[in-house]
Amino acid sequence: MNEVKVKPDPRLLVGFDRADDAGVFKLTENIAIIQTVDFLTPMVDDPFLFGQIAAANALSDVYAMGGEPLTVMNIVCFPKCLDLRVLQEIIKGGLTKIEEAGATLVGGHTVDDTEPKYGLSVTGVIDPARVVSNACAREGDYLYLTKPLGSGIVSTAIKGEMASELVVSRAANSMATLNKAARDAMMRVGIESATDVTGFGLLGHTMEMAEGSGVAIELWSEALPVLTGVEELAQMGLIPGGAYSNRDYLKDRISFSDEIDEWIRDLMYSPETSGGLVIAVTPERKADLERAFKELEVKAAAVGRVKNAGRVHIKVTRREQNGYRS
Amino acid sequence: MDTVVDARGLACPHPVVLTKKALENISQGSIVTLVDNQTAVENVRKFAKSQGCDVEVEETREGYYIHIEKTAAETRADLSEFDTGVILITNQYLGQGDIELGRTLMKSFFFTLTQMNGVAGSIIFMNSGVALTTQGSEVLDHILSLEQAGMEILSCGTCLDYYNLKNQLMAGKVTNMFTILEKMAAAYKVITL
Repeated sequence: MNEVKVKPDPRLLVGFDRADDAGVFKLTENIAIIQTVDFLTPMVDDPFLFGQIAAANALSDVYAMGGEPLTVMNIVCFPKCLDLRVLQEIIKGGLTKIEEAGATLVGGHTVDDTEPKYGLSVTGVIDPARVVSNACAREGDYLYLTKPLGSGIVSTAIKGEMASELVVSRAANSMATLNKAARDAMMRVGIESATDVTGFGLLGHTMEMAEGSGVAIELWSEALPVLTGVEELAQMGLIPGGAYSNRDYLKDRISFSDEIDEWIRDLMYSPETSGGLVIAVTPERKADLERAFKELEVKAAAVGRVKNAGRVHIKVTRREQNGYRS
Repeated sequence: MDTVVDARGLACPHPVVLTKKALENISQGSIVTLVDNQTAVENVRKFAKSQGCDVEVEETREGYYIHIEKTAAETRADLSEFDTGVILITNQYLGQGDIELGRTLMKSFFFTLTQMNGVAGSIIFMNSGVALTTQGSEVLDHILSLEQAGMEILSCGTCLDYYNLKNQLMAGKVTNMFTILEKMAAAYKVITL
């Protein structure tokens, strides 16, 4: 997109210039619309589950900005020769999540393809003064992660038929969970900075936050929630190729304490599908956020802290270091 | 003649899957997996290492030859159901009642465990149980034998911190509540002492 010139519009609050996943356009003093689109190839065998995960994934971008999804349209690619009942199941799955989000399905578009793909185009709303961006984390902020890591690794294992039923079901459940409750908790407390964890992995999306905010971030490997079975699958080399591309792109700006195992580094670089939110909260509001998570039943973990304004870097240690100066 | 697995042109994780199948077909010896990209090299290398094999990577014009050596002695047993079993030790003395008796029973428990197979794959130590994996523990030798034999020894980090024993851990690794719950939930059985 660097080669493509887009005409600026003063009503565009969030666009290409920052690495946010959705566009935000001001309509009135109190209303801005959020627009986003996302679709996926199947990562699980069950079409209904695939529909749920793809829908949750697409809706997540709106939640990451603090918005509320309003209308959605289906985006479908489907082989002509495949049984239409499979497509029905995918769409039914997607619909359960659309309804759970309180949004309305207004239509969709289907294209013939050699492999199935499914996702959504989503329009949401937000108060322009309350847009949550990934670019204003501040020194001293704590970082919370609202879903366990490892969905990309499990998806790779599923492709190799090396994931047990238990491991698949835990991962699918996590991927199909909406980030709605996490969003509700954020807005209750008045959070300004958050991002969701998807294709660039925890390190990639945290780096976007570090770059956008101009800060150094410390992440704690022992605090990371990890999906069942992922440690072993990662050690067995079931790592999605995207992890290595992410690593090549990011590694110069990331340092790891020596004792951190290779599988954890791989995990932190691995793409996630429909991951959780990384939320930055000031120390003064930390307790309020934890209370909101508890009341809204969000299983979130404190996984790091913003350490230093002015230097863009991520340092991964095993646990919280006191008095860290970069 | 080494078995050659040609995994060029295959997307991940197929190079790992094919390598796994090839290794399963030999009880010891070497195989060579041929791949054409770095991702596959890294993943196959990790897989072979996780199975206890020696690995060497040779870069040539045709691609990367990954030489994998499987020795009978180092072969890791296939993950069986038993390996998910968990023993949870929540106290340094076994049972409620007399402490001396509790101490004796715990020693006897760990000795007997070293004489048996297939009981569990991990032992998790919590609360005062972490006294057993740290300096001064009377069952340390037994626990180290169990670790040698392949059992995972995990001590709760919060408990170690509380008792100021973090720097005195003599066996296994530090773990957190999330991992503890994951292991218990995935276990086919949990034995709690």
